[in-house]
Amino acid sequence: MNQKTLAAAFPHTLPVLMGYLSIGVVFGWMLSAAGFAPGWAALMSTAIYAGSGQYLGVELLARAAPLADAAFLTLIINFRHLVYGLSMLEKFRGMGWRKLYMIFSLTDETYALLAGVSVPAGVEEKDFYFAIALLDHLYWIAGSVIGAAAGALVTINTQGIDFAMTALFLVIAVEQWQSSSRHAPVYLGAAGTLACLLLFGPDNGRFLIPALGILAAGLLLLRPQLERPCGARKGGAAL
Amino acid sequence: MTTPQIAALVAVMAVVTFLTRALPFLLFGRGGGEPPRVVLYLGRFLPPAVIAMLIVYCYRGTSFAGPAGWAPGLIAGLAVVGLHLWKKNNMLSIVGGTILYMVLVQAVF
Repeated sequence: MNQKTLAAAFPHTLPVLMGYLSIGVVFGWMLSAAGFAPGWAALMSTAIYAGSGQYLGVELLARAAPLADAAFLTLIINFRHLVYGLSMLEKFRGMGWRKLYMIFSLTDETYALLAGVSVPAGVEEKDFYFAIALLDHLYWIAGSVIGAAAGALVTINTQGIDFAMTALFLVIAVEQWQSSSRHAPVYLGAAGTLACLLLFGPDNGRFLIPALGILAAGLLLLRPQLERPCGARKGGAAL
Repeated sequence: MTTPQIAALVAVMAVVTFLTRALPFLLFGRGGGEPPRVVLYLGRFLPPAVIAMLIVYCYRGTSFAGPAGWAPGLIAGLAVVGLHLWKKNNMLSIVGGTILYMVLVQAVF
């Protein structure tokens, strides 16, 4: 990869630059408000690199969640990545050691860019994909560190800042709602989880384990209805 | 929390996140065959159900003992949805809703 490739990739990544800086700043600030040093924000954004996963991570760290709970919640929040990978199998073929990095860095936004972008003339295709993935990752780290540093320096009352996680999920839900005409999974998800919450109580979020079972079982039962007119297709809403 | 405890939580999140991204390549890369249709189906319809689930998870602390237990979350949540339907700007919806929530819990209720 050379400067020319980076220069060619940069304009394509501008929307992600704006998005990652802002969402990253909020993440970093939340982590600081929860009492963690800015170094942890840098480490999390470098090693985990997942927007909604790290928002959830703040909450997990703040309540010192058991490792098994953290693993379970991280798994279900990232389930959608399974679909992204499926549609990138061909694109990443033959990228050698960089393929590992491409898989690691396949966030919603990078997925959306890679799925839609056309490689400019005179630029090597795989270098171009790698440059996009790398730039996006750097934006995310930069945003997180700026937010964490600001959170450590500025002393305002941050009570309630953890609502940013709720807000992020609400935004994703609105986007998904508008991109699909099938809303049964949303009703099922809300009703099934609410039932488990009432039944098992809110402690530690353990009610999500039976809830996930209900969702998966319910979706399998609904499969004939949901798949009928247009069949399964690859890809999903990006955010 | 001690530093090793924090590091362990971060490591678990990093490993599990990477595994969810790598799994399709492990299972279906290198001529592993077409993914089963049921996997594609769940991959398409489980994410919206899971987001709805996580929203309920976020609201699990809601209490109806007094307005302070439910009103800030409800008002700020409606504001996020309204802002997003109106302007479709992630940053505006998230930051606007969060600031409103902070004002509500700190100064109003």
